[in-house]
Amino acid sequence: MTGTVRSLAAATPSARKQLDQLDRAWYIDKIVQFIVFASGISAIIFIVGIFIFVTKEGFGFILGAFDFAEFFGSPRWKPTSEYNPTYGILALIAGTASVTGLAMLIAIPFSIGAAIYVAEFATGKTREALKVLVELLAAIPSVVWGFIALSLMNPLIIELFDVPVGLNILNAGIILALMAAPIMTSIAEDALKAVPDRYREAAEALGATRWQVISKVVLPAAKNGLLGAVLLGVGRGFGETMAVLMATGHSINLPDSIFDSVRALTATIASELGETVVGSDHYQALFTIGIFLFLITFVINLCADLVVRGIGKV
Amino acid sequence: MISKRLLLVGMTVGAVFLSASVQARVLIQNKGSDTLVNVAQAWAEAYQTIDPDVAVAVSGGGSGTGIAALINGTVDLANTSRAMKQKEIDLARSKGQNPVQHIVGYDALVVYLHKDNPAESLSIPQLAEIYGKYGETENWSQLNIEIPGCKGQEMVIVSRQNNSGSYVYFRQAVLGKMRDYKMGTRDMHGSKDVVELVENTPCAIGFSGLAYATPEVKLACIAMEDGAPCVMPSVETALDRSYPIARPLFMYTNGEPTGKIQEYLNWILSDEGQCIIRKKGYAPVQNVTCN
Repeated sequence: MTGTVRSLAAATPSARKQLDQLDRAWYIDKIVQFIVFASGISAIIFIVGIFIFVTKEGFGFILGAFDFAEFFGSPRWKPTSEYNPTYGILALIAGTASVTGLAMLIAIPFSIGAAIYVAEFATGKTREALKVLVELLAAIPSVVWGFIALSLMNPLIIELFDVPVGLNILNAGIILALMAAPIMTSIAEDALKAVPDRYREAAEALGATRWQVISKVVLPAAKNGLLGAVLLGVGRGFGETMAVLMATGHSINLPDSIFDSVRALTATIASELGETVVGSDHYQALFTIGIFLFLITFVINLCADLVVRGIGKV
Repeated sequence: MISKRLLLVGMTVGAVFLSASVQARVLIQNKGSDTLVNVAQAWAEAYQTIDPDVAVAVSGGGSGTGIAALINGTVDLANTSRAMKQKEIDLARSKGQNPVQHIVGYDALVVYLHKDNPAESLSIPQLAEIYGKYGETENWSQLNIEIPGCKGQEMVIVSRQNNSGSYVYFRQAVLGKMRDYKMGTRDMHGSKDVVELVENTPCAIGFSGLAYATPEVKLACIAMEDGAPCVMPSVETALDRSYPIARPLFMYTNGEPTGKIQEYLNWILSDEGQCIIRKKGYAPVQNVTCN
């Protein structure tokens, strides 16, 4: 058998070469197929892996010391109390919700406005400069934003609003809005750019003014992308940890004004997990907060997906 | 030619490995408290010249991290700014470790005030009413103090995250074992952040280590009882134990230390080692004269 092949190869070297190349191409094809497949499903593997890990670490608490009414209904988060540890996250939920809400109130009009200007009005150098600056803003690390909140915004808010302390919902909301705005602007601008020019031309041909073109044609056509930008901003606000930890005052409180200090879910995990004994109730309670955060982001993303699809059908 | 070159390379690599193993025959793993990490690093560096055979690897992460590592048996020396809890000692014993405590210095826990705050002294019972659960003091005017620039004279109470060594020690020393902190304290994530916030907030009161003091903040004079004479926090008053809220700083070993670890600990407690901790702003274990 080998003898035959050898003699064949010896007889027609060019044919042999061709056969080799065919083999190689076939193998490369298979390998590339496998790599692409693996990267394709890796996201699923990672997300399932993370969910299993987080659930496993928090499960002991859910089955043991967990009390649904206390966990979601009580503002008392005192896991290291010597005589009566309590695990209530109501105040933390209120903190995260109020800060993210205020940040979105500030960031949405600003970033949509900026995106409209960059995409529809600005031209040439102004446009390029603005795009670069917006992207630069997105590159500032969150701990630097935290420092700005602590050393710059805190005295400024005390002075301007005449309040006892400047680490509060307002401070964190502004910082978070500034952090989320660049990403929202970039995505919103892409969405506006994706609207075909012939829509604009058609509207202009019908005698529409520039504002009419934007408000009646471009914005409705880009609404899915704009919604995506807003939801990405919400996600950023929800997940942000370091800057929120430094800007909110990290104080367990049910807020009744934007000048109250609050504490966020993410910041609580970040500041306490490092020094907690692995496997203790406190450790598992922090992981239970992690599960809760995971579920919330999952629901937000699912809703976004459904809404975007629903709008797409109309 | 090529083989000659290979031989040369091989010899060089071998020599490097050989010298490395000669230089660091013993590696001491040292981990824990962020309060102590700067001092621990200074000790490790200085010890290089004393005994080049020993290399000390220092990392921070907090008292809890060091204790967890000791329980898991992954460090030789755990630095902590609080004593190990009975629960933690039991857990370590159940895993076959035997934590032994060594006091390596003292830290005065300072009550920081804004520089415009006219208050001179505070007593431990007053602090307990400010920080403790059901504590009555919410307002500076309740202490007959008026701070310029402080809206409504409302107290901004600054604390630390709930498992830091400072938080646990302050609770035990000021509030007593059976009392919790009140709700609504601002729990900063680090000794430095406390001082930073107090510096910028006229209404604020906060506690942190003496080593973090800056000229921009005021240090409160602390009295043990109402009406008793107060003591200013300093290395000297922490050393002679007259300052009421000075805490010991610990290193824990697994079992009684032996060999190189024992030598290292003895050197830390010697005058030379204690001068290093003093230079970093902490009180030494015994009186030392440093140049």
